[in-house]
Amino acid sequence: MNHLDEEQLVLYYYGETGAAGVEEHLGACESCRDTYHTLQRVLNSVDSLPVPERSADYEAQVWRAVSTKLPRRSFALRWLTWKPLAVAGAMATLVIAAFFAGHAWQKPRNETARDSNVRERVLLVAVGDHLERSQMVLVELSNAGAPKNGSLDISYEQRAAEDLLESNRLYRQTASSSGDTATASILEDLERVLLEVAHSPSAVSEKQLDDLRKQIEDQGILVKVKTFGQRVEERQAAPQGGVL
Amino acid sequence: MEDSDSVAVARAKQGDGDAYRILVDRHSRGVFRLAFRMTGNEQDSEDVVQETFMRAYKQLHRYEARSSFGTWLYRIAANYSLDLVRKKKRHGEIGLQESATEEEMGEVVHAVASSDPGPERLLFSGAVQKQVAATLNELSQQERTAFVLRHFEGQSIEEISSALGLSNNAAKHSIFRAVQKLRRALEPLVAL
Repeated sequence: MNHLDEEQLVLYYYGETGAAGVEEHLGACESCRDTYHTLQRVLNSVDSLPVPERSADYEAQVWRAVSTKLPRRSFALRWLTWKPLAVAGAMATLVIAAFFAGHAWQKPRNETARDSNVRERVLLVAVGDHLERSQMVLVELSNAGAPKNGSLDISYEQRAAEDLLESNRLYRQTASSSGDTATASILEDLERVLLEVAHSPSAVSEKQLDDLRKQIEDQGILVKVKTFGQRVEERQAAPQGGVL
Repeated sequence: MEDSDSVAVARAKQGDGDAYRILVDRHSRGVFRLAFRMTGNEQDSEDVVQETFMRAYKQLHRYEARSSFGTWLYRIAANYSLDLVRKKKRHGEIGLQESATEEEMGEVVHAVASSDPGPERLLFSGAVQKQVAATLNELSQQERTAFVLRHFEGQSIEEISSALGLSNNAAKHSIFRAVQKLRRALEPLVAL
């Protein structure tokens, strides 16, 4: 009778394939059975290696430590912006299509001031939302820490800026066509900054990051967007809506 | 667990921070245990836990669910532990683990021979634990990683070979060598 070798016994212990016939042999061979029991005791004794206990709130401790070191872009930003961004362009197209369709359909029936007001407010809300998303991306870039290892990954902001650019163009053209110069002007300034971000390398050096920040500051875009946002809120709150 | 891991991973890939936190909550203790068995050092194990979750987060888009999330995560942890231990060995920061002394081994033999020779008693013996730790420390890093993944994490030889970039045969032989060394060191204590 050929006895089992150690490798077969190890494979059998761990339930690996390749240990076929081992069980039958162990049933019939006392010598191999003894060897296997010794191996079992050795490997079972390895389980006695103690692992230090962790505290009850260990998971929370790990999360606190990890979440502060995760790549600079915050989960909050990703959560608030990424999903909506994926459909932002389509939304912009729909809102603008509805805006112009309203114009074309209402004109022959002598558009009332109320109808016009409703459409403008819908557009205003959409633009306000678009500006808020843009602001979040630019704030992330402005507040970015110093690049580690010489470069900073801004690929997320780039993708976001590319998506926002598409809607920005549509909103700007619509605002110009409808004579809303204030909105068109701010969207034009924003477009320049978004273009810069979208066309930057996906990993920027400290100098490139500084240039981007300078561009954001020079355009004063964050202040303009904030001011515009406040006006949108006021306009939304007003019963008939005024001029921005 | 794995099914719900898949859901959490899918949500985390879309940027859902709460979903990634769920994964951290579920796996941080397991990753710590693996890291400790790999490094034998508490502080290093904490570093491994944090670094593993950071690396996993950065590489989440590459995870394709061919293996379970846990297996994929533990692979990251095992590889980082390997790197860490190698680096420390290069810098001479890891000394030889002290083996059980002859006196301690004699006490075990005496205790077992004189009263109850049940295996439970041996499992909790400090000398056995010390000898296990010392022997694990004497294994090559490849042997130790392959053994820890097989013995403690229940990973298949195929998964281990993929984790360590080895052929199935090489992974299998790393485990065999580790078991051989453990058997030689521990048999005098347990084969009574």
